[in-house]
Amino acid sequence: MLEVRELSVTYGAVSALRSVSFRAQEGEITAVLGANGAGKTTLLRAISGLAKPKSGSVHFDGRELLGNSVEDIARRGVAHVPEGRGIIEELTVEDNLHVATLWCTPRGRRQAAIEATFELFPRLSGFRHRHASTLSGGERQMLVLGRALITRPRLLLLDEPSLGLAPLVIAQLMTLLVDQTSGSDMTVVLVEQNARSALSVARRAIVLNLGQVVADDLAPTLAVNTELRRHYLGF
Amino acid sequence: MAPADVARYQVSPETGKPLRPRPWWGRARFPRQPLARHLVLALLGAVVLYFVTSALSPYNNVLVGEIALYLIALAGLSLLTGTTGQISLGQGAFMAVGAYTVALLMTHTHMNFVLELLAAIGAAATLGLLVGISATRLKGPYLAGATLLLALALPPIADKWSTTFGGDQGLTTIVPTAPGGINPEEWLAWIELAGALITLVLLANLLTSRFGRSFRAVRDNEVAASLSGVHVARTKVTAFAVSAGCAGLAGAFLGLSTGVVSTGEFPLTLSIELLAAMVLAGAGSLFGMWWGAILLVYVPQWSTSVSGDFGLGAGTSAYLATIIFGVVLIVVMIAAPSGIQGGLRWLWEHVSKQWSISRDERAAPRHATHFPPSAADHQPNLVHDPLNE
Amino acid sequence: MSLFINITLDGVTQGMIFAALALALVLIFRATRVINFAQGAMAMLTTFIASTLLDRGLNYWWAFVAALAIGFVLGALVQMVLIRPLEGKPDLNPVIVTIGLVIVLEGVAGAVYGNSSRGFPAAFSQSGLVVGGTRIAFSHFDVFILVAVLLLMAANLVLFRATTLGLRMRASAFAREVSRLLGVRVGRLLTLGWGLAGLVGALAGLLIAPTSAFGPYFMDLDLIYAFTAAVIGGLESPVGALVGGLVTGLCISYVGGYLGSGLEPLGALVLLMVTLMARPQGIFSRPSARVV
Ligand SMILES: Nc1ncnc2c1ncn2[C@@H]1O[C@H](COP(=O)(O)OP(=O)(O)OP(=O)(O)O)[C@@H](O)[C@H]1O
Ligand SMILES: [Mg+2]
Repeated sequence: MLEVRELSVTYGAVSALRSVSFRAQEGEITAVLGANGAGKTTLLRAISGLAKPKSGSVHFDGRELLGNSVEDIARRGVAHVPEGRGIIEELTVEDNLHVATLWCTPRGRRQAAIEATFELFPRLSGFRHRHASTLSGGERQMLVLGRALITRPRLLLLDEPSLGLAPLVIAQLMTLLVDQTSGSDMTVVLVEQNARSALSVARRAIVLNLGQVVADDLAPTLAVNTELRRHYLGF
Repeated sequence: MAPADVARYQVSPETGKPLRPRPWWGRARFPRQPLARHLVLALLGAVVLYFVTSALSPYNNVLVGEIALYLIALAGLSLLTGTTGQISLGQGAFMAVGAYTVALLMTHTHMNFVLELLAAIGAAATLGLLVGISATRLKGPYLAGATLLLALALPPIADKWSTTFGGDQGLTTIVPTAPGGINPEEWLAWIELAGALITLVLLANLLTSRFGRSFRAVRDNEVAASLSGVHVARTKVTAFAVSAGCAGLAGAFLGLSTGVVSTGEFPLTLSIELLAAMVLAGAGSLFGMWWGAILLVYVPQWSTSVSGDFGLGAGTSAYLATIIFGVVLIVVMIAAPSGIQGGLRWLWEHVSKQWSISRDERAAPRHATHFPPSAADHQPNLVHDPLNE
Repeated sequence: MSLFINITLDGVTQGMIFAALALALVLIFRATRVINFAQGAMAMLTTFIASTLLDRGLNYWWAFVAALAIGFVLGALVQMVLIRPLEGKPDLNPVIVTIGLVIVLEGVAGAVYGNSSRGFPAAFSQSGLVVGGTRIAFSHFDVFILVAVLLLMAANLVLFRATTLGLRMRASAFAREVSRLLGVRVGRLLTLGWGLAGLVGALAGLLIAPTSAFGPYFMDLDLIYAFTAAVIGGLESPVGALVGGLVTGLCISYVGGYLGSGLEPLGALVLLMVTLMARPQGIFSRPSARVV
């Protein structure tokens, strides 16, 4: 279980997060919604250690994550797929996957893990020796998702995975995400602009506005809250 | 919001920065026209310097003259780095060009002295123009490397054609004779100080002109500047040429004060130390370059006397000055990148703010809202804005 | 004709050394986007230390290994103490700090060892080989230089292409933040990269010292030639450093041989300017990223 308490982040004079608290449970997808600049990316960056919060705490599996280095947080099983995907363009598709396995998979089993990922995304296996910079948007998304899943993460942080993808691809992606999550011990935090599709797969959701949590409830409840939809979600 | 707060926190419509409260003596009495203001300042400076130089010994006047000439070279460098974000390690090479121009003209012609100086500026600026044109496509480290190569490549040319350039002996220069009664050291110091003051006025004016604004636009964001119609390449080339021209004048003066112009006067270390002094003084500031020039002249003096006290040899003492320079440069760069002038300004703003707040508190209880400190307050930058001085 | 051959041979040898020093610059630039202007001064210092060890009677090869090891430590220290605090600051700051380091190191060497140039021994005989009855400007030591630099390049290729350490280093050079998110300890790798560059630079110093006026400033010109070589090679690619080194070495050798050695730096300047005007990203670089 991920538990964020009273988290505040400031950039100079701008406060991007003000005392944000929420929980995300194992085996569930928790959606984080909100307009542009609401602080969604900042929230994920604070959890994975990329942003240094001013105050608050982030507990995961009963241990404090704050104050640890980004690498150490990653090595505790936190996989963060950053905004804009974060493939390493200069490396081949296979090397992108290979890098992710280095800390968690023993040398002899790395190739098997890579092959398993190619089975999950068969489309990628044809490109394994191509530079990642040549991939299309959808293929990049497959690659980063595969690269996150290859580490068997305990906590998966996804920042706008649907950005720039065709509706059909988004639907496939969400299905895959649900398949991977339900019944597993993985906690997923899904940041999305596309509130409708996020609410359809998430069990709970929080809505951020100007760095504050303005709603925190079960996804179906939020989806029928017309007031909230009109003010914050726009559908 | 209480009236006092409104006055304190008025925001400038252009910059979005808070306007400074007007001090009790008022700003209006001081000339507002930039040229007039700079001229008044320069005249005041000239008067002060006149009395200072008259009181000094000939030896100290030589040092004052050196400060003036380094000031000229540093001001050019500061304009370049501080306002366009370019960095040059070739300032010494341009000084050599200026020095050799004057020396060659003095040996072969009987030109008017001022014209000779102008020719030195012109020659250095022309070379600067050429380098600048080829450098417009270079970013930071590339330009640093290219100008470093320039500083190493130019002096050997004078050795190669030693009949023209005098070889190891070099060429001699003659300081125009002083009007009756004035001793020659003082006279040369005046010439150099006059050159420095004129340079500062011209550069300060350039910075407040439309051109100055495009300089800063280029430094802050080249892409944005070119999108908003600033001719980026032309701006950078101009800055480079102006900076080289300053070095030309400084070199001419250096030639005059040493009496000989030879390649040994322009080693790579000269260029490096100029850059170091400029950064220490505070890149982008013009007035702050006084500190840089004083450092360049007095640190070697001081280290000679210190190593004398410790019984170190003359050879070691020269290195001591260099080492101090390098260490201070590194420490400043890591700890306080805005340099001496930036530090002084920070101190001044701090003190004056403390003071004006206590006055405000007397007038009206302090309001809870604070103007948010700008990001610049947190992150000291290498380069600061000369207009905000 | 024999003059031409000798000048060419000399250019190749020099070019190999420039390539080694350029490789050091590339290793650092690729990982941290910093040009280490102090690379030459650091190599000067390690060579001086080797010279002191030799004076104390140490065997040449032990001094050689010691210089490389000290080069590694020096490079790593510089990264940890001077470069790491500058992360996120403007590009100019590290440039100025490395220049400050040049000033300090050259000052220290001058204060300790004096300004006059001294001799430094070569690993092998420096008298030219005899081919078909004529002596050419290529000695046993030049053969050693050639072999050493080629081995260095090969080792570098193996490190980056065939080991997971190299994979980590490449990943963190290309995408620092993402690599950290993947559990790669980027900070240590950057230090390691600077250390390796320090080692490579120290090797270059040991190879250059026997044939130059070995003193506090003896690497100034070589550094700037290596910079030229690295820029020609695109600053990112070890192969580029090798080719750039050879081009620079030959150019300098021809200028020096036919026009006089005083004009060598000018020749390098022209070469650098022409390269930058024709192809600002160098010859071996990837297409550059978009600016807007
Ligand atoms: N590095 C930074 N420096 C200064 N301000 C920042 C920085 N990063 C984010 N901010 C500010 O913090 C606020 C929250 O940004 P954040 O990126 O978290 O928003 P977001 O919810 O992810 O928006 P989007 O949907 O557009 O991605 C914004 O106002 C943004 O301008
Ligand atoms: Mg975002």
